[in-house]
Amino acid sequence: MIEFDRVTITYDRAVAPAVRDVSFTVPEGELALVIGRTGSGKSTLLRAINGLVPHFTGGTLAGRVLVNGRDTREYRPRDLADVVGFVGQDPMTGFVTDTVEDELAYSMESLGTAPDVMRRRVEETLDLLGLADVRDRALTSLSGGQRQRTAIGAALTSHPAVLVLDEPTSALDPQAAEEVLAALQRLVHDLGVTVVMAEHRLERVIQYADRVIEVPGGIGLVSTGLPADQMVTAPVAPPVVELGRLAGWSPLPLSVRDARRAAVALRSQLADVQPLRRPTVTGAELARCSELVVGYGAVTALRGVSVSIRAGEIVAVMGRNGAGKSTLLNALVGIVPPRSGTVTAAGADPRRTRPAKLVKAVGLVPQEPADLLYAATVADECSGADADFRVAAGTCRAVLERLAPGVDDQLHPRDLSEGQRLCLALAVVLCGAPPLLLLDEPTRGLDYGAKRRLVEILRELAAAGHAVVLSTHDVEMVAEVATRVMVLADGELVSEGETATVVADSPAFAPQVAKILAPLTFLTVGEVATALERAS
Amino acid sequence: MRAVDRLTLPRALHPGAWWLWALGMAVAASRTRNPVLLVLILVVTGFVVAARRTDAPWAHSFTAFLKLGLAVIGIRIVLQALLSTRSQGNIVLFTLPQIPLPGWAAGVKLGGQVTLEAVLTALYDGGQLAVMLCCIGAANALASPKRLLKSLPGALYEMGVACVVALTFAPQLVTDARRIRAARRLRGRTRGSFRTTAMPVLEGALDRSVELAAAMDSRGYGRTAQVPRRQRQLTGLCVLLGLLGILLGVYALLTDSLAFPFALTALAIGLLLAVSALGIGRQRVTRTRYRPDPWALPEWLVTAAGAVAAAVMVVAAVRGVHGLLLDGPLVVPPIPLLPVVGVLIGLAPALVAPPVRVGAAA
Repeated sequence: MIEFDRVTITYDRAVAPAVRDVSFTVPEGELALVIGRTGSGKSTLLRAINGLVPHFTGGTLAGRVLVNGRDTREYRPRDLADVVGFVGQDPMTGFVTDTVEDELAYSMESLGTAPDVMRRRVEETLDLLGLADVRDRALTSLSGGQRQRTAIGAALTSHPAVLVLDEPTSALDPQAAEEVLAALQRLVHDLGVTVVMAEHRLERVIQYADRVIEVPGGIGLVSTGLPADQMVTAPVAPPVVELGRLAGWSPLPLSVRDARRAAVALRSQLADVQPLRRPTVTGAELARCSELVVGYGAVTALRGVSVSIRAGEIVAVMGRNGAGKSTLLNALVGIVPPRSGTVTAAGADPRRTRPAKLVKAVGLVPQEPADLLYAATVADECSGADADFRVAAGTCRAVLERLAPGVDDQLHPRDLSEGQRLCLALAVVLCGAPPLLLLDEPTRGLDYGAKRRLVEILRELAAAGHAVVLSTHDVEMVAEVATRVMVLADGELVSEGETATVVADSPAFAPQVAKILAPLTFLTVGEVATALERAS
Repeated sequence: MRAVDRLTLPRALHPGAWWLWALGMAVAASRTRNPVLLVLILVVTGFVVAARRTDAPWAHSFTAFLKLGLAVIGIRIVLQALLSTRSQGNIVLFTLPQIPLPGWAAGVKLGGQVTLEAVLTALYDGGQLAVMLCCIGAANALASPKRLLKSLPGALYEMGVACVVALTFAPQLVTDARRIRAARRLRGRTRGSFRTTAMPVLEGALDRSVELAAAMDSRGYGRTAQVPRRQRQLTGLCVLLGLLGILLGVYALLTDSLAFPFALTALAIGLLLAVSALGIGRQRVTRTRYRPDPWALPEWLVTAAGAVAAAVMVVAAVRGVHGLLLDGPLVVPPIPLLPVVGVLIGLAPALVAPPVRVGAAA
């Protein structure tokens, strides 16, 4: 169905090719998963499938890409629209119309499908993806999962043989990701659609993949294989695989279910070992809000939330998209005014503190990391951040180097990959080392390596007496780093407590290791490794 | 009879029909300065809006236009009061302090005596403009702007999409600007510069347009059938000449500055050229339309109601029917029977337009 034959893609004015000498085939009806580090060229590879690279982006493509027998050299993306459905990273930017139904019909309209066929397919797609209830709704009023499903539906209605998805679940909460993946699963199994997707959250998708295409980036060669074989050596791997490697299971389990069946021995071995957790040393209170109510227009985003953040803590705020997580963080730094209730950060009302003084006390990395970036090059951005936060020159660059090694100094921040841009924004805020650090979705588009380095930095900060609050959907990250978890639903605080007690028995928030080893309360592979060492 | 021909089947009326009706009412308003007729037109459009608007966000735009109209009247009166001269009447309401102007500004007076006649004239003139604005506001409130663009003829489709995209981008820019201003605090900066505010907004907008263009390209936007170059040029020429003719004709009709037959001829030729251009242009288009708005009996009736109201007023104005224009600012406005009936016909859409579908947003 898809055939890459010695493909090398070089963008204009780029020193090195974005991807080098790629050859692979994806047979009809398979779900192929493209994995690789942040910025390794996954998006480029996906965009080459429907001809956006090089027709739309420019650059040179050497070699040959065949899709359903059509050579992308001769067919422009619009001429491949009946064969390849493409869903970009942020569904919102790809929407052309304003309601769900119109959006679903858009590709068919462009392709000149007959009106009665169009009508039928829209109805079928609404049912297939569970969108019938929202068919008349404006796209802006949809939840993240509904948006992503609408984008998939819009690509599907023209009945393409191939569906290409770039990080379809990265921005979604666990429940919404489940919805989207279930829909994809149906497409592959029932309709025989060939799906190619890139995803960092391997723990969510690896079990559905029939084939893994690993893009190493740099000078390494792209390799393909069966998921279980590929995972043995892959540098990026989900916790289930890492646990399998640790326990020496063969074949490697890819799903929680397979791992549970393999883990009987491990569970009995660990039965009387308690997971060793570093004790949290909490210090003085750094921020507090009490009975906080925040609203935008007719919507009340937070209704009476009271929290207290102490030095040395790493607090994870979890909950659905739209539950009020970002609002809470924004209120703590004074970006949104409370309707009632009080906010105190570093002993003062953040809305009444001068920005220059405030950043010395509280730092926030917003959901849209690009908002923090102004300069034309990475180097300028870093030196600007050093000046803004009055720290020694080179501090920001050093933090960036630690988070994402080897980012080109002369690149424009917007030319970085999503993960690299996030690392840059993180570096900008982290270089000030504010006592209270707030991170809004800090793991979107980050690979496992970058996440691990972020975890290290956060732990160091906490040990040095900083407090960190992060809102996130990433349960593995929470299990790894958080000392306390707060779950928000509909603007209210529904549960709060130590990480192990809050996430371990929740079907949505439990990390993979906890699911595999339940009823034991291990959360991460690291905890299991230390426990095994102590047991032996 | 088709189901869509029934007046009772709940559905959205074709946006084009709403616009034609509203334009008819606006033309009717343009023919009179009689406050009684103007208020009547306002009441009629307001009633229809109240009877047939949806819950959609744009459905509240009538109020906005009403406020705009009041502002127009206010500005008109203030300017008139500042600049009025005694020559406009004898009844002095009050005297403003007069500002002496240099000799080269002779004939212009700032401040001084303000007469009742001057204020009333300003009120009626401003009122006419305000009512015409409200007619446009009614069309805005009743018809989804996007659905209207969707119903454009196939040849104009690409232009329509550009407009739709622009419509979504404008509010997005405002949200972006607000977010970026807020984020400035996070870098510890108090004042923003062009570099730190406008640039990120513009860069964001550019990024989004590139993403959108890529998405549209991958979804088949711009697939066209091959047509000879000569034909494309012919289409362009026809469009240009047609629009020119229509412009000339409408201008002549509205201003009475050119002879009536000339205006009609220009309009007719312009329309003919434009329609044929659209016809030729269609051949290039291979796309189809999903659930197009039907044009059935209710649409005809609504359009006819607007057309009758406009026609009655235009004919009355041409015939010089008494009561469309006042003899002087101070007379009690008369109530001319025929124009009143004509305007009241504009009320028909409140009955003949199909009722709103419950729960439908667009």
